[in-house]
Amino acid sequence: MFKIAFRSIFRNARRSLTTMLTIAIGTAALLVFAAYALYDVYILQTATVQRGGHLTVYHKGFFDFGSGDPALWGIPDHASVIELIKDDAVLKPLTAVVTPVQGLGGIAENPESGGSRTFFGTGFVPADQSRLQRWNEYGVGEALDNTVLDSDETDRGVIGVGLARNLGLCETLHLKDCPMPPADAPQRGNGEVAAMPVQDFSALAEPGTARSAIPRIDLMAATAGGAPNIVALKIGRVEKQGAREMDDGYVVMNLKLAQQLVYGRGDRRVTGIIVQLNRSEDIATARRRLEVLFAEHRLKLEVRDFREINAYYGQTEDFFRSMFSFIAVLIGVVVLFTVSNTMSMNVMERIAEIGTTRALGVRRGRVRSQFLLEGGMLGVLGASFGVALAFAAAAAVNHSGLTWTPPGDAHAIPLKLYLLGASPAIIGVWAVLILVATLAAFVPANRAARLPIVDALRHV
Amino acid sequence: MVEQPTPVVELNNVTKSYRIGRSEVRALRGVTLSIPARAFTMLVAPSGSGKSTLLNLIGCIDSPTSGVVTVAGETVARLSDRALSDFRAQKIGFIFQGFSLVPVLSAYENVEYPLRLMRVPAAARRRATEAMLEAVGLSEQRHRRPNELSGGQKQRVAIARALVKEPEIVLADEPTANLDSETGASIVALMRQMQTRSKTTFIFATHDPHLMSQADQLVAMRDGLLTNDGGATRHV
Repeated sequence: MFKIAFRSIFRNARRSLTTMLTIAIGTAALLVFAAYALYDVYILQTATVQRGGHLTVYHKGFFDFGSGDPALWGIPDHASVIELIKDDAVLKPLTAVVTPVQGLGGIAENPESGGSRTFFGTGFVPADQSRLQRWNEYGVGEALDNTVLDSDETDRGVIGVGLARNLGLCETLHLKDCPMPPADAPQRGNGEVAAMPVQDFSALAEPGTARSAIPRIDLMAATAGGAPNIVALKIGRVEKQGAREMDDGYVVMNLKLAQQLVYGRGDRRVTGIIVQLNRSEDIATARRRLEVLFAEHRLKLEVRDFREINAYYGQTEDFFRSMFSFIAVLIGVVVLFTVSNTMSMNVMERIAEIGTTRALGVRRGRVRSQFLLEGGMLGVLGASFGVALAFAAAAAVNHSGLTWTPPGDAHAIPLKLYLLGASPAIIGVWAVLILVATLAAFVPANRAARLPIVDALRHV
Repeated sequence: MVEQPTPVVELNNVTKSYRIGRSEVRALRGVTLSIPARAFTMLVAPSGSGKSTLLNLIGCIDSPTSGVVTVAGETVARLSDRALSDFRAQKIGFIFQGFSLVPVLSAYENVEYPLRLMRVPAAARRRATEAMLEAVGLSEQRHRRPNELSGGQKQRVAIARALVKEPEIVLADEPTANLDSETGASIVALMRQMQTRSKTTFIFATHDPHLMSQADQLVAMRDGLLTNDGGATRHV
């Protein structure tokens, strides 16, 4: 049966090759898209995990209710919680970094120009942030180690290009693509703006704060007790963020400085404890263990993974998944009709042969299986060639040196197709298209099996 | 008195009608026929007289409109399609007028095909196939596909395919039509040999006078009826 099937599909070589090419192109198109999507998701995941780890431990309720008042929802005695996590026998081999983090918001001001803007800041332990940025499980991004936070110099930090622009720091910081305000921009002291009260945060600054050669901004926030507080931040680096709204308010600083701003001289808590794992596949295990650990120690803490915290990550995954499904359905339909048409023509051309073999004693079921096998073989050859084609395309793209800027990112990165990592997709697409090709042969195969022998033998 | 051999094929008042458009064609009009085992039976009839229909019914590839067909002791109407397929594979060999070889198989593979259907072990299959190709003089052409063979060679492959499994009945439609007289005679001799050795019954539809001269039983037909009631029998 295999011999007849294999030889029969090459009896009309041009037709069979066209059909196989259709399947091959469909397979390659799906796999190239899967490889592209996977690469994008891995890049996004790497950037997200480098910034905030896989899991974050919060005070119970913070995630839903506390973001507006992080000081109120801080984790007390976070050092003990971190020790608890680090010492746990289950979590120890899974975790790469466990570090406290302080989120905060307030107003940033350029004391030189008087310009101000709201900011969204995060305070990290400098050494831990550096370790967080080295995570590169998939080898798709660069293992970063470019933090400017310094354990000794706690007032050094990073701001977004948008924030620098809004605070009129482009010239001072010698930033490219960062325009200064136009000459006719509204100025303080002119017209209706002059009627507004002038805010000078520097008056709140601790006495004796020296003006430094390094540009600095003042950050003001309300403390946990409700009192206004202010700290000075030296601008160590300016980083462009992908999303404008984030770029316009982005501040990263030393955890100690963030805690000083939020808690003043009071009990210094943190809003979260970041847990970065060695491998993303351990998220569920680590999360379950953390929850058990907190329950056992009666700690009012909750655990969230990076997908919950960064909604856009899940949205991106869903977008790629739905696009892939949509393309897969389209290609599946094309393959279905192409193979069905080819097999119908094969049956039409071999009616006399079907009559002969049936007369010789071939059962109906075997005739059906014969044509299903031929459909399946078209699928196997086409899909296998398609996989090879996808690998060739991936190799060509990966060595082309093309770059692109992913959504939400500020910098162009190399365009790559991560086909090797998409092995489940390769197996899935290959198997499904073979199944589709086999099923496409079902109607013609059934028609062949039901041919009356005498009529088939008479067919010319 | 000569003892009558057991009949291998019996038709009892068999009719067969076809519908072509609105009109009905009565191909067989109540045929009653008994074909003895191990005989050379010749169906002699002009075109359109129901000869092929009769062969189709005996070959179990068609069913009668009425009447009973019994082949090798089996009442054909009682068998399912699956059982009929197996029955044909085991008991019946066909030699079609248009050769009807499987085009993607070589001469060797075409001859071997019925043995594969019977699940004959590979070694026995190879022995039987090679012997049969040798017998029909096609050993040299064994690897050729049908489109690389002449009409006579194709006919011999078709004959070899029908005979290789040594079936109980061989049905042949003009088996010597494409053969020269010498090859035709050697093929008939081969069939005679098989008839003696394997108790095979041969039923031919033919116009070949040489082949007709070999008949043990002559069945003449006209307009769907037997004209000699299958009686002109000359037993070997």
